[in-house]
Amino acid sequence: MTDIAHDMIPEAASAAEEIYKENILDHYRHPRNRGAFSPCAFKHREINASCGDDLELFVDLADGKMRKVAFEGRGCAVSIAAVSMLTEHVAGMTLAEIEKLGKDAMLGLLGIPVGPSRLKCALLGLKTLQNGIAAHRTAL
Amino acid sequence: MMTAVKNASGGMATPWSKARADFPLYTNGRRKIAYLDSAASSLTPEPVLAAMDAYYRECRANVHRGMYAESEDAGARYDGAREKIAAFLRAAADEIVFTRGTTESLNLLAYSLSRKLGPGDEVVISIMEHHANLVPWQQLAKERGFALEFIPLAADLTLDMRAARALITPKTKIVSVTYASNVLGTVVPVRELADLAHAVGAVMIVDAAQAAGHRPIDVRELDCDFLALSGHKMLGPTGIGVLYGKRGRLEALPPFMFGGDMILDVRKEDSLWNEVPYKFEAGTPNIAGAIGLGAAIDYLGKLGLDAVRSHEREITDYALAALAKIPGVTVYGPPSGSDRAGLVSFTIEGVHPHDAATVFDRQGVCVRGGHHCAMPLLRELGLNGTLRASFGVYTAPEDVDALVAAIIKTKAIFNV
Ligand SMILES: Cc1ncc(COP(=O)(O)O)c(C=O)c1O
Repeated sequence: MTDIAHDMIPEAASAAEEIYKENILDHYRHPRNRGAFSPCAFKHREINASCGDDLELFVDLADGKMRKVAFEGRGCAVSIAAVSMLTEHVAGMTLAEIEKLGKDAMLGLLGIPVGPSRLKCALLGLKTLQNGIAAHRTAL
Repeated sequence: MMTAVKNASGGMATPWSKARADFPLYTNGRRKIAYLDSAASSLTPEPVLAAMDAYYRECRANVHRGMYAESEDAGARYDGAREKIAAFLRAAADEIVFTRGTTESLNLLAYSLSRKLGPGDEVVISIMEHHANLVPWQQLAKERGFALEFIPLAADLTLDMRAARALITPKTKIVSVTYASNVLGTVVPVRELADLAHAVGAVMIVDAAQAAGHRPIDVRELDCDFLALSGHKMLGPTGIGVLYGKRGRLEALPPFMFGGDMILDVRKEDSLWNEVPYKFEAGTPNIAGAIGLGAAIDYLGKLGLDAVRSHEREITDYALAALAKIPGVTVYGPPSGSDRAGLVSFTIEGVHPHDAATVFDRQGVCVRGGHHCAMPLLRELGLNGTLRASFGVYTAPEDVDALVAAIIKTKAIFNV
């Protein structure tokens, strides 16, 4: 096997591993909090049509806080790892706290460099959760 | 694991390795890359940049307006480009309309031709169409009430011509198909479809975005009524494209956009249209873009389109052979030996195309991952995306080797 790609960019191998580091791949292969449940306080679905990513979040509340949140769906490693990490991160948080989470918080959680072409993947889980909360509030 | 892949060119200098030196992205770019996304947009060679630059430096003026030497010079270069494109397609210069690209050419046709369509009429396209040759018809079908029919694929991913013969009936008013699929590489028997269309009195439209600049095109031989192409996919600049139309067809077609240059006379209550092709070129055109496209055609002419076609075919065969050896890689395309465009679509089992494309990018391998603006086709194939490597005159076997290395690397990272 010729190794031209590696010769071309010496730092390439490490750069590729950086985005798909073990932590990300672990969440992708073994997502936390996967699986629909009911009854739930609310659920919400969002898709990234351009990627074929499709996530649905199921939320249970206690005293205005996240008691349980789980997801169902499919996507790339970045979107699945991100939503998996998000479900762990938001447990116990208030809706208002979750609504304040921004792009930087989500990327911080992922802990990997995400280029502009993959930003939508990284943020799909957060968008699903926040849009779900917004819909839940208007439904109240 | 994969066995070693030999460099198909044996590392010798060929016309193609010389051509590669004409493409500044290889020398001036931010990094060394294996550019394998020519089907999305091709690289641009030095002579095209020089021709556009010369216009801006030597005769930067509007065309067809100023009665002074600079404007006349600009006009001559602009009209010269039209002549080159006409010769390139074996058409006449007044059958060449400049547009922004394939998308605009097809929208122009969809809007202008469907004015006469209504309930009971049918437009036939294929399931392989790029959104540019699908969404305009779909939306106008809703507006005008005509039906949109899709020619399906045969099991071997070629166009199902038996189905095409059944679908094209006296109700059919327009047949509009891609010459070559930007996802599968499948080449469509355009002439055969044109004959079917004409037998029922329908108009034949060809989306040549993936064919132009990759194989010789003779619009008389294809016998299409209209043909659309994009400059940026055939070594030209972005923002310029072509709508070819048989002269009589163009004359019968109402204008699509109104404004300056497309009129002969304007009164308060009505206007008189300019003759073809100017009737379709409202406003100041992309002058530099047209000149650049003319230069791209000169450049391709020097290489020879038959030679371009066989080079891209060789690279494609080389890539197909290399990918076939990698476990877990599935290639989507017509059977080996069939006519095909210079691209290969594939998936890696267990890896989302976008994840793979990201790993490839970190290795300097540029491919497209996703639905390639052909979502109905991807749905038909039961996929949410593929990876696509696509080739041009500058592609070297080493680029394919880099792709193979990147696939192996991806498989290692994802442990598949
Ligand atoms: C087959 C086909 N048709 C149409 C288009 C649209 O071309 P443009 O974006 O240049 O208008 C493309 C480009 O991807 C294509 O591959």
